[in-house]
Amino acid sequence: MINEGTRIMPEPGATGTQRTPTARATPQSVAVWVLVALIGAVGWGVLALSRGEEISAAWLLAAALGSYAIGYRFYSRFIANRVLKLDGTRATPAERLDNGVDFHPTDRRVLFGHHFAAVAGAGPLVGPVLAAQMGYLPGTIWIVAGVIFAGAVQDMVTLFFSTRRDGRSLGQMARDEIGPVGGAAALLAVFTIMIILLAVLGLVIVNALGHSPWGVFSIGMTIPIALFMGVYLRYLRPGRVTEVSVIGVALLLLAIVAGGWVAESSWADFFTLDKETLVLWMIGYGFFASVLPVWLLLAPRDYLSTFMKVGTIALMAVGVVIAMPTLKMPSVTDFATRGDGPVFAGSMFPFVFITIACGALSGFHSLVASGTTPKMIQKETQVRVIGYGAMLTESFVAVMAVIAACIIEPGLFFGVNSPAGVIGTTVQSASAAVGHFGFAISPDALAQAAKDVEETTLLSRTGGAPTFALGMSEIFSSVFGGAGMKAFWYHFAIMFEALFILTTVDAGTRVGRFMLQDTLGNVHKSFKDVSWKPGVWLASAVVVGGWGYFLWVGVKDPLGGINQLFPLFGIANQLLAAVALAVCTTLLVKSGRLKWAWVTAVPLAWDVAVTLTASYQKIFSDDVKIGFFAQRDKYQTGIDAGKVLPPAKNMDEMHTVVTNATVDGVLSALFAALIIIVLLDAARTCFKAVSDPGAVRLSEVPWTESKIIAPAGLIATAEEKAQLAAAGLDGGGGRVKDPVA
Amino acid sequence: MSGAVRGALAKARYYVREFSGEAAYDRYVAHARSHDPQAEVLTRRAFERARTDAREADPREGFRCC
Repeated sequence: MINEGTRIMPEPGATGTQRTPTARATPQSVAVWVLVALIGAVGWGVLALSRGEEISAAWLLAAALGSYAIGYRFYSRFIANRVLKLDGTRATPAERLDNGVDFHPTDRRVLFGHHFAAVAGAGPLVGPVLAAQMGYLPGTIWIVAGVIFAGAVQDMVTLFFSTRRDGRSLGQMARDEIGPVGGAAALLAVFTIMIILLAVLGLVIVNALGHSPWGVFSIGMTIPIALFMGVYLRYLRPGRVTEVSVIGVALLLLAIVAGGWVAESSWADFFTLDKETLVLWMIGYGFFASVLPVWLLLAPRDYLSTFMKVGTIALMAVGVVIAMPTLKMPSVTDFATRGDGPVFAGSMFPFVFITIACGALSGFHSLVASGTTPKMIQKETQVRVIGYGAMLTESFVAVMAVIAACIIEPGLFFGVNSPAGVIGTTVQSASAAVGHFGFAISPDALAQAAKDVEETTLLSRTGGAPTFALGMSEIFSSVFGGAGMKAFWYHFAIMFEALFILTTVDAGTRVGRFMLQDTLGNVHKSFKDVSWKPGVWLASAVVVGGWGYFLWVGVKDPLGGINQLFPLFGIANQLLAAVALAVCTTLLVKSGRLKWAWVTAVPLAWDVAVTLTASYQKIFSDDVKIGFFAQRDKYQTGIDAGKVLPPAKNMDEMHTVVTNATVDGVLSALFAALIIIVLLDAARTCFKAVSDPGAVRLSEVPWTESKIIAPAGLIATAEEKAQLAAAGLDGGGGRVKDPVA
Repeated sequence: MSGAVRGALAKARYYVREFSGEAAYDRYVAHARSHDPQAEVLTRRAFERARTDAREADPREGFRCC
């Protein structure tokens, strides 16, 4: 089906491009866009000029939404019409290969929901919270600017190229279009990134649930609820997803409420688990969840988490708009310049960009944009709204996470997000340490905050989820239910994040296992057979063992697991973005779009600068807070001299620090090496394409005429409505019926 | 119930069914019957089984991000 190498540097659009009609600007539309620009500008103005006083979150929303509207209206349109030349006359894979199951033209409004639900997870809720240690401004600027010029561009361009290749995956495109070396490096990158990602997400959950009987009970209950739903869908009423999801969500809410009763009952001790025990449970869960049949646990859990995700995010947006809380965090804290923050070490450049990751530019999206979505897209012109539009929505979720983190007392924020090695384990020591950072909070206030949400302690609940939950409970309780509901909303938010994360742990372990089986299959054939049980068990055990190791280490690390591992996760994610952007840039060059290659080359250059600077500092910095090998040297010297250096409390912990720092340092070096390999190989391919255009081989599917009429954007324009009406189609669009002869 | 409310409810139902994947079976049957109205089709039970089992075989379909 794929037409290898017959087309030579095609002129994009030469095949009967239907240019999106350039609407002449009416005075009304000019007035509207001037107003939108003004709203955004005023929002940024207030954010930039406020000094010392607390401002309303409304300004942050105005700045973000105004910028998104401008970015979508102008920049994504430029990319659609001038760079990619989206072709409304070209049939998509969904139209050509329609089999009614995995390839089928899907209503763009439904596909937007699918794509958004697939790309948005816990990432955009975690990174921005951690980055709030530098104040709300640096994070917000990157979330908004990053998505407009990098993240949404990556998603849209990847979706476009994959759609032109029948939905090929990123790894396949890297191999086909860059070469075998770049392709192999990209595959290895995806695998190692998956391991780190799962470990960090697991750590977020463990830190939120440690010593929290309420949380452990309600999240534990999701397993029997999902099993029930799975059996229901398999045997009782196959395919009735909506009704079983409604039942599931009702049971879930009951589980959250019941968690409160359990926490106050004599069962509380049974559900009070320390972090080490939780890690063992997570590892066991991860293994069994990934070898159990999909229908029993993964599929129903996925339905639950999707319903909760879409519902809660919508509720959160409404809550923020109604409550309009004020931001208590300073716009920029001293940690931004000094680089010695307790949440993560390092200065604003590059570590704010590394930490935020998902909300602004997420490499993982390229895996979704090059898998399922291209097989379902109805019209090529819809690449803009699905690729660019859904990523803007995810960025908006990240902005809400910034708001949630910045409306709580800064003193509380640092109490929750600093590791125990820095602030101690009592409210007194925490209050003193946080006061030392320059944020006053009394021991009583710290204790009261925990009591309000019915937790024994909130100190050092690092990882972002508890902070987000505190902010969300603050907003929700002021809108729905009052202060008495705070504990419910806190645990609701924890549940909401835990659901995503457990789904990702299960799905991610399966993907990792699949990749491993595929690779091992080259050595021993049976591994390729995905139903060969010993292969499945062995590969699952390797993947779970990989992330389980980092999770265990993260919990035991005296320097704080999140502090050590989150930067690695960020670097890994941004590395994957570099791979995706390199593939996109190579394809722009190879497809005769050299003139526009900067659209992905500039974000690529920025991303590489950020990622390599961060890797360099993590490997070579002399500052023991930042450099892994500097840490290793310091603690090794301590061991040699027989001295115990804080925050380690004994020789065992000293050895732990040395081992962890070495492993993390080696991993940083591996990531950096992979980026460099992919980039060099991509540069070689681009250079070859430019110097000898005649030899370019593109694996693009040839043009076939599209018989589908459907609007490009979520809302049909007047012109599109007229077209639909003339063809006798409803708002969802569809195939033009053959004229009756 | 007025026509507008009925229309809105039908629309909402359409989106929920499409979004949740509940409409997948109807789509499959319609697709199979569009070429041959007498075509043999799987039962709903068998179809839903095949659909989840396909995910088992290649877990990259329907992958969720971080």
